[in-house]
Amino acid sequence: MKWWKYLTIVLLLYTVVMGFLGHVPRLAILNETERNLYFHVPMWFGMTIILFVSVVNAIRYLRNPSPRLDILAHESVKTGVIFGVLGLMTGSLWARFAWGTWWTADVKLNGAAVTMLIYGAYLVLRGSVRDEQQRARLSAIYNIFAFSAAIPLLFIMPRLYDSLHPGMGGNPGFSKYDLDSSMRMVFYPAVIGWTLLGVWITEVSCRFAFVKEKIYEKQEKQLA
Amino acid sequence: MKSKKNNWLSRAVALLLPLLLLTSAAFAQTSAAEPEMADALRASGKIYVVVLVLVIIVTGLLVYLIRLDGKVSRLEKEVGE
Repeated sequence: MKWWKYLTIVLLLYTVVMGFLGHVPRLAILNETERNLYFHVPMWFGMTIILFVSVVNAIRYLRNPSPRLDILAHESVKTGVIFGVLGLMTGSLWARFAWGTWWTADVKLNGAAVTMLIYGAYLVLRGSVRDEQQRARLSAIYNIFAFSAAIPLLFIMPRLYDSLHPGMGGNPGFSKYDLDSSMRMVFYPAVIGWTLLGVWITEVSCRFAFVKEKIYEKQEKQLA
Repeated sequence: MKSKKNNWLSRAVALLLPLLLLTSAAFAQTSAAEPEMADALRASGKIYVVVLVLVIIVTGLLVYLIRLDGKVSRLEKEVGE
């Protein structure tokens, strides 16, 4: 097993243990729920990084088409969508107890939901094209659109308007006032750990897809 | 192969144990009529139950992923990747 996989295991176990037992500042309303910072926020960090990997591979595909690059882009989107859906679910649950509602028409929340819909459409688009090369090319182009829509929706729009969500509407979020140094000691390892977990899942699913591709190739040669 | 695995395990334990011990600092804290935190839960020591549950879940998922990883590796060898 590669070294970064051991690192993933250590960081995740550290996050789970220290995420509960470590010191967090005493804040009204949030109370102990601020520990969600170690679990909810890394989902979005992980998703963004993995989707960035995906769009890079989509661009690489368009420059130099190969089934491998298409697989890399596709599997990355799948992992990214899982992380995004988990982020939405955990965020909604947290909102219920911090803001008193499961969902509210907030720019940050809606931006995140629209992002997931855009990437959901990526998967639908892939599923609806039979020809492999056409599917790979179409989804690579759509991938670029999806990523360039996601970044403003997640990180730019919410900053321009008022939002309940930390880090938005001129609110510097956790980083400035609330995130003290003891939380940082857990938060950064948590972000790295969860992101690496996503990379690991993507790596395994890509390798599986490569093997599948190889077997199909062999079968086709046998038939020919 | 076996010793390598044990070596890694002991290293992981050696890394995590001091971290667990460090958390005793968290117990030392007492509230001063400030925002309500899970002090009672902590005092009764039951937070460890939750931590253990999560450690079990995360370990279980990781073991599953490690096994999947191994299976794909074997498949790769068979196909000759």
